[in-house]
Amino acid sequence: MTDLAPPWAMLAELTHACPLHCPYCSNPVELARTSRELTTDQWCDVLTQAAELGVVQTHLSGGEPLLRPDLAEITAAASAAGIYTQLVTSGTGLDRARLSALADAGLRSVQLSVQHAEAAASDRIAGRRSFADKERAAAVVREAGLPLGLNIVLHRANLDAVDALIDLGTAWGAERIELANTQYYGWGLLNRESLLPTPGQLARAAETVERRRSGPAGGPELVWVVPDHFDGTAKPCMGGWGAVSLTVTPDGTVLPCPAAATLPDLDPPNVRDHPLRWIWEQSSAFNRYRGTDWMGDPCRSCVRRDEDFGGCRCQAYALTGDAARTDPACRLSPDHGLVRELTAQAGMVDPAPFIPRRPGGET
Amino acid sequence: MTWRPALPNSAVLRHDRVRGADLLLLPERVVVLRGSAGRVLRLCDGSRAVPEIVDALASSFPGAPVATQVPEFLKKLREGGWLR
Repeated sequence: MTDLAPPWAMLAELTHACPLHCPYCSNPVELARTSRELTTDQWCDVLTQAAELGVVQTHLSGGEPLLRPDLAEITAAASAAGIYTQLVTSGTGLDRARLSALADAGLRSVQLSVQHAEAAASDRIAGRRSFADKERAAAVVREAGLPLGLNIVLHRANLDAVDALIDLGTAWGAERIELANTQYYGWGLLNRESLLPTPGQLARAAETVERRRSGPAGGPELVWVVPDHFDGTAKPCMGGWGAVSLTVTPDGTVLPCPAAATLPDLDPPNVRDHPLRWIWEQSSAFNRYRGTDWMGDPCRSCVRRDEDFGGCRCQAYALTGDAARTDPACRLSPDHGLVRELTAQAGMVDPAPFIPRRPGGET
Repeated sequence: MTWRPALPNSAVLRHDRVRGADLLLLPERVVVLRGSAGRVLRLCDGSRAVPEIVDALASSFPGAPVATQVPEFLKKLREGGWLR
């Protein structure tokens, strides 16, 4: 284990509480209760441990991290440890005073979610009136001189608005727009049938992104997160299992990826029980799919095994019931038919209403 | 106007003791600075024009081809959005 590389980044899910009800939320369907959340001191300690381990960037995320009244303290602890901090927020509750306190604590950048370019449609997808809050939050961030990124999760109900979303991000002063095709975990898996776009929608949106990228220089950077269900290639999930980053959930559970809580026999470690270094280097959860030794065929002998790392373990589990199989998104997977079946059906029927993300699971 | 290279507000230049390397940290991005790149960037504080940066380095690295390499390096970083 002496040649094990340290992690670069940590996703800190400070709370699962959120005022929004987005149907594609990557949080688990069983949301962590507020009463189980780590305390301020525990978060500060985790961030200090993370820095000593090698983490240089953290996303302060959730849920909605602004619901933590101690967010500035947590930000200050990360910053003092030398970690670059980015707030990942819905924008709800981000006013000038709050942002100023966070900037004073060392916050470096803000990533804001938007659900659609039109206010009414954005509010409908978010399950709450929030578009005006987002617009105000963007203005406050720019006024403070912090870099602003927009994160837009794309699906059937907003892929046709990509052009307008890029206009919106440009008007709001975003330096970066992440156009992230939905990944089907957590609530996204629950709502998959309603979220899956048609191949035509995807093709048009991808063309729009290409056209906008070749437009005049100086606009926001456009990041297109590929729709792995449609293009036949597995995504290099998390840059490899236990290779680049780790996720700490609100109750202190540490995961190789935010969706890994869904794997039934992972037995994920918790910062309440173990030092973060032990978790990264020694825990069975982080070593389970590390490297390439765990792979079976066709990954084992594939030339791409060091590029895509076999794709996503959580997706393999969600679709086949076995997390060690090749990600069915890959056209070389013997289970690729499962994905083909899903995408072939996409758009054939009117989508069911979204099941809104909320505490208490799907009921 | 004379260009006085400076890091954008969003950038943090720091030494990483764990990896023994200088890093440039940006939103969603980490740039590992090889060789003397960190030393060059530390001079990019908005107060020095490019020839002054070259002079400062030339005295530290006598005989090195800083006069040709450093302006090219700075130009590349500017194009990449890592210097303004």
